[in-house]
Amino acid sequence: MGNILEVQNLAKNYGDFQAVKGVSFNIEEGEIFSLLGPNGAGKTTTISMLSTLYTPTSGDATIGGYSVTKNPMAVRGVIGVVPQDLALYEDLTARENLIFWGQMYNLSGKSLNSRVDEVLEQIGLTDKARNRVKTFSGGMKRRVNIGVGLLHKPRLLFMDEPTVGIDPQSRRSILDTVKDLNKQGMTLLYTTHYMEEAQELSNRVGIIDHGEMIALGTQKELTQQVGQAETLILHVGENDDSEALAASLKGIQGVQQAEATDHEVSIVCAEAEDVLAAVVTKANDRGIKIRSIDIREPNLEAVFLHLTGRALRD
Amino acid sequence: MLKTFLIGIKDVRLAFRDRAALILMLAAPFVLTVGLGLVTGRFSGNTNNGLSDIPVIIVNLDKEQLGDALADVFTSADLADLLEPAASSDPEAARKSIDEDKAAAVVIIPAGFTRSIIPQQGDFSSNAVAVEPVKIEVYANPTRPTGAGIIKAIVDEFLSRVEEGRISGATSIVQMMMSGRISPSQAEAEGIAMGEQIQANSPSNALAIKINSSTANGEATNFDALAYIAPAMALMFLMYTVTYGGRSILAERAQGTLPRLLVSPTNSAQILGGKVFGIFLTGAAQMLILIGASSLFFQLKWGDPLGVIVLVLAAVMAATGWGMIITAIARTPSQVASVGTAIMLIFGIMGGSFISLEQMPVFIQMFSKITPNAWALDGFTTLGLGGTLNDLSTPIIALLSMGIVLFLASVALFGKKNLVQK
Repeated sequence: MGNILEVQNLAKNYGDFQAVKGVSFNIEEGEIFSLLGPNGAGKTTTISMLSTLYTPTSGDATIGGYSVTKNPMAVRGVIGVVPQDLALYEDLTARENLIFWGQMYNLSGKSLNSRVDEVLEQIGLTDKARNRVKTFSGGMKRRVNIGVGLLHKPRLLFMDEPTVGIDPQSRRSILDTVKDLNKQGMTLLYTTHYMEEAQELSNRVGIIDHGEMIALGTQKELTQQVGQAETLILHVGENDDSEALAASLKGIQGVQQAEATDHEVSIVCAEAEDVLAAVVTKANDRGIKIRSIDIREPNLEAVFLHLTGRALRD
Repeated sequence: MLKTFLIGIKDVRLAFRDRAALILMLAAPFVLTVGLGLVTGRFSGNTNNGLSDIPVIIVNLDKEQLGDALADVFTSADLADLLEPAASSDPEAARKSIDEDKAAAVVIIPAGFTRSIIPQQGDFSSNAVAVEPVKIEVYANPTRPTGAGIIKAIVDEFLSRVEEGRISGATSIVQMMMSGRISPSQAEAEGIAMGEQIQANSPSNALAIKINSSTANGEATNFDALAYIAPAMALMFLMYTVTYGGRSILAERAQGTLPRLLVSPTNSAQILGGKVFGIFLTGAAQMLILIGASSLFFQLKWGDPLGVIVLVLAAVMAATGWGMIITAIARTPSQVASVGTAIMLIFGIMGGSFISLEQMPVFIQMFSKITPNAWALDGFTTLGLGGTLNDLSTPIIALLSMGIVLFLASVALFGKKNLVQK
């Protein structure tokens, strides 16, 4: 399959601040590509440029062969966008919202009505179609938000952190929807700061931090960057000084990295078993009570920690 | 074009589903109209409508039957509360009084006015010199549009009745001659007789122009206090509606629907056009609902329907221009709401929604010209006094010009800011 999206040195500046610093990547037709990075990394700005909302400061991208800078209207016909924040008219019903947005995508008449029915079924809201969106739960609103992006059957769908702030059940439903759409042949660009989502969904992942693409490849290719290292997660008390503990753990033989986040200390090491006793001793010496310990196989979290020295949730 | 229409319809639907907006768009002006109607005695038979003692100068240079009849109209008992007439024999001095804002208008009845209407002995002879039509001049004070409008309406009504009599008389004589009922030599005598008939009837007919009273045949010219209050309130709250609509542009930006529109195959012009169309439609719907409701519940006569519709559309266009410019300048929806509410009240007061402009200082009367309220209210007053679309050219042109200028300015500002901060 060929590339549906080709990004070349795309950059966006706001005055002196560089939100996106010349990122380049491609997405093949039919794949799910995740853009993984912490909040403020530049994921939404990148999607905003690719969806023609923002004009790039430099660089360009082509989608379906159309340049986002030179032929934005043609690009808009190829893509669908599911924004991070809900973008719906809450005083309209679910059906009225879908009808309106379908009209904005040049659908009309019977084809519009039948497509709206299909989408309502796809997002599981057929029986709530005539209810106003403002009466919906957060998860239901998210589903309508996704439904709007699907109406015109886009070749490439941008989904910008679609699971932020929703309950686990709705999150599961959305992730399943993403997989279903991909099975039906849709290409997806999915941004998230949840490592688990990127791992579950993606064929390939681009890791973005401070506006730069710091790693790009399949999950296997990325985890190979950190070798066979494991990650040890210590969960400590709310009043414990996790940062001081992390600093003291760096001196233990076998510990490659140690970083503190909220009530957690992440330790990257070759073998967790080799350092576990020493880690617990250090914590005891400092009067820190360890509540639980997780041992994780090499994953994207470890890759991010390895590349940036920070945890993904920082 | 279709998308512009669809966006506009969507906005109207949203506006009419917003209960808080509905209260301010429809309930508030309706309740205030009722309240002010009660204060002015509209619902209790009190005839004080707030318009009184309009100073007018009569210069009667004709000093014959019809000139005297018109002068008598202004000094009649029926209009005693409404008008404060003064007589003058010097047209220039009278005009100067208007320039000095001492009266609302001067009515100059030129010499030969009666002669130009009623044929005299010898006018029908073959060697008679044709009598030139003589026009009555109403020299109006532009800073007192309502008072001047009332005076002009009185003169127009008088002239239309005189003209009606003159034309029907001439037609009758021609028909009688063609049918052989009278000979050409009898035409002069018949013409004079009919002229005397006009003269005899004119003073009483002129009294069909009455303020605060009802006559069987004077409905169109009766001035109902509500005919001023209802449009005044509707126009004031029209300003709320247009700023509500303008605010929706910024609200859509904040809630993400505007960026979503901008990544659909819909261009900025279609979106902005749709938003403007939505504001316009909502404002027009609000005005027409209020007009319909006041007609239904208060039996209020708004006047010439065509004139009302055209005036409403022009007023909504001007108000939409204000809504757009406020939105283009403001940065957040709450700024639009705050500024919009302030503008609504300032325009309401300065535009004559609460107090007749004639009772305000000259500088406020001048300032009122930038408000849609003043121009539209002037037009509605003219219609309430029996005027038609033909009498509304000045307010309609002013309102349309205001709308176009403000719309172009707001488009330029939106162009600079861009619809989405990029």
